[in-house]
Amino acid sequence: MSQLQSVTLDEIKHLVSDRALEGETMLLNMGPQHPSTHGVLRVLLELDGETIVNSIPDIGFLHTGVEKNMEAKTYTKAEVMTDRMDYLNTVGNNLAYCLAVEKLVGLDVPIRAQYLRVILAELQRLASHMVWLGTSALDLAAMSNFMYTFREREIILGILEMVSGQRMMTTYIRPGGVWRDVPAEFVPAVRDLLKILPKRIDEYESLLTKNPLFIDRTAGIGIISGADAIRWGLTGASLRGSGVNYDLRRFAPYSSYEHFDFEVPLRTDGDVRARYLVRIEEMRQSIRIVQQALDKLPEGAIRSSNHKFVPPLRSEIGTSMEALIHHFKLWTEGFDAPAGSVYVAVESPRGELGVYLEGDGGPKPYRVHFRTPSFDNLQVLPVLAKGTLVADLVAIIGSVDIVLGDIDR
Amino acid sequence: MDWVKILEWVIKGFALVMILLTGFAYLTWYERKLLSRMQVRYGPNRAGKFGLLQPIADAVKLIFKEELIPDQAEKILFIVAPIITVVPAIVITATVPWGPDMQIFGYTLKPYIADIDVGVLYITAIASIAVYGIVLAGWSSNNKYATLGGLRSTAQMVSYELALGLSFTAVILLSGSMRMIDIVNAQSDLWFAVLQPAGAVVFLIATLAELNRAPFDMPEAEQELTAGYHVEYSGMKFALFFMAEYSKMIAIASIAATVFFGGYRELWFLKDTILGVDQTPWLGPLYLLVKILILLFWMIWVRATLPRIRYDRLMSFGWKAMLPLSLAVVIVSAAGIALEPINPLFKWVGIPLASTFVGLMTVGIIDNALRRKVYASH
Repeated sequence: MSQLQSVTLDEIKHLVSDRALEGETMLLNMGPQHPSTHGVLRVLLELDGETIVNSIPDIGFLHTGVEKNMEAKTYTKAEVMTDRMDYLNTVGNNLAYCLAVEKLVGLDVPIRAQYLRVILAELQRLASHMVWLGTSALDLAAMSNFMYTFREREIILGILEMVSGQRMMTTYIRPGGVWRDVPAEFVPAVRDLLKILPKRIDEYESLLTKNPLFIDRTAGIGIISGADAIRWGLTGASLRGSGVNYDLRRFAPYSSYEHFDFEVPLRTDGDVRARYLVRIEEMRQSIRIVQQALDKLPEGAIRSSNHKFVPPLRSEIGTSMEALIHHFKLWTEGFDAPAGSVYVAVESPRGELGVYLEGDGGPKPYRVHFRTPSFDNLQVLPVLAKGTLVADLVAIIGSVDIVLGDIDR
Repeated sequence: MDWVKILEWVIKGFALVMILLTGFAYLTWYERKLLSRMQVRYGPNRAGKFGLLQPIADAVKLIFKEELIPDQAEKILFIVAPIITVVPAIVITATVPWGPDMQIFGYTLKPYIADIDVGVLYITAIASIAVYGIVLAGWSSNNKYATLGGLRSTAQMVSYELALGLSFTAVILLSGSMRMIDIVNAQSDLWFAVLQPAGAVVFLIATLAELNRAPFDMPEAEQELTAGYHVEYSGMKFALFFMAEYSKMIAIASIAATVFFGGYRELWFLKDTILGVDQTPWLGPLYLLVKILILLFWMIWVRATLPRIRYDRLMSFGWKAMLPLSLAVVIVSAAGIALEPINPLFKWVGIPLASTFVGLMTVGIIDNALRRKVYASH
């Protein structure tokens, strides 16, 4: 008992309304152990009956010090930390970090590697949206969809394992290219997946999109206008659900996204349902991108030949003295990046994932900072939740699609 | 009174309680298996063949678990609440007839415990007692989530008892009796579910709300209130709530089968054959069991498919859709019976048509309201 801290009302009185201090409204502590906060998010709710007067998100329960840890590792080794932030978008995190390193040291990436990056990033987006769809439907107690989406996600994780040996923490994308070339089974496996996915997405939709109860739970809930969304720094599907046409894959293309033809789904309602429809449509667009990337996938090198920064192929080490020296140098002390700072942003499944990377001329980054979409999107929760019911809060948290590892990095 | 009669009551009562208690355990198995089949998983398959020993393992676990009573809880009510919930769930089935009178070794066995004139009234009365247990559990736990669950359950019960009662009224009108056996026999030609489809639908929806089953599982609302009214309960006290919920499912399914789906009676085309209960009485319990299993399957199917309705929408659905519809059902039934002397077609054709019409109209109105809602947010 001595370890329990009692929290007095004085500590939180600046956050809640005066009515709470008089005991007229109820303070309810939702989380950090709560089934619908998608991790260890704590939300302090001030309730009038079941209507939310105030909601105060409290984060930090999953703080792992990823950014600080990265300062103690070489540029190559620091990459494995990025997998551990947003555990539903590991490939995307790697991609953002590698793009930042490449920009800092000035590396070119071969076109095959860029296409492979796109394929894997889009597959990862599909997997992430599947987790979102399953869990946010589960929050509304539509429990079966969860199992269906995880069935398909499993296939995608199998493909990630095929290329990298790991289901989630892949670190397959490396500065200057990718780790290895994909195995021969990769392309057929992805094609098989693409064959079944459109039908499966229709199947998910058939349980939800036109279901009267689902419409009732989502339409007109948690509305935010486009202007407000921009002001709050909302990005990703949550922003596009409010009618703001902003997708980094289209407006600041990276990793040759400009080679592919896809649409940016938009809805103008700005409610939970709009965000849901945008994400569902994004899944279809991701399938299109993967399809095109597979069709156009060129042969060739999979990583840059600039061996000052990129390790040589394993086969070269046995025959070339140069390659052996590079290999040794890169794996013992890393490479020296020039002093300077860069900012690179990619479109993660949740929104704009930005990496600010500052080098000081040595082999380790001086400062790494991530502008993570979940963190910025979570800020808007009190705005969306005001005046709704407890049941809607659960739907809203699901619809902004946060990952706590992404928030407390 | 004859001691054989008393012995018969005791044996029948004991048998029914045992059936409900083991039935509840195997209902959890049935539900888990069905849900997992619908969700591309296997479900329990470790304990025994097909996981058939799983309910026993669960029961043993729950019995031996430590029971906690929160420090600030209202102790007496906290202990009494699960009992108040579980007792009505078991006694409610007393009036449900399981078959026609049977001759066993020259002794007439009546396969029901109580044959009371006001059987339907008894059911509605007992069914509404259970909510006290839930409310008291929510309040006495001294937990905010539990309190919210208990409050929700009160509101829900008030809104749905009315629709439930009115759909019972339609049945009483059609059968002309409140006795369960008369109701069953009145359906020997045509099930009331066919004669009065809207009434049956209202009844089934209202029973879901009465049972706190998905999509009306407000008081528990796992994703919102974590577990609602029983969040502070553990061990056997929690098991009692669990038992109440599932034995009530069986009880309500048997009542629904009795009042709308012909009870223990055979399908209409089997009447006067060897498969009819008039000639082979022991088939009665079997038919009722099959009907119960089908209704339970439906409840589980609903749970696997539908999202939970929101608490305030549930209220407005109860008052604005269910109550008017159930009133219309009563009026339609009454009018059909009143006009029957003029032409029997008014009863046998008029009621089903009018009932389907009011049902479809309600669906249309709800659909329209939802459509407006979607467009309004554009």
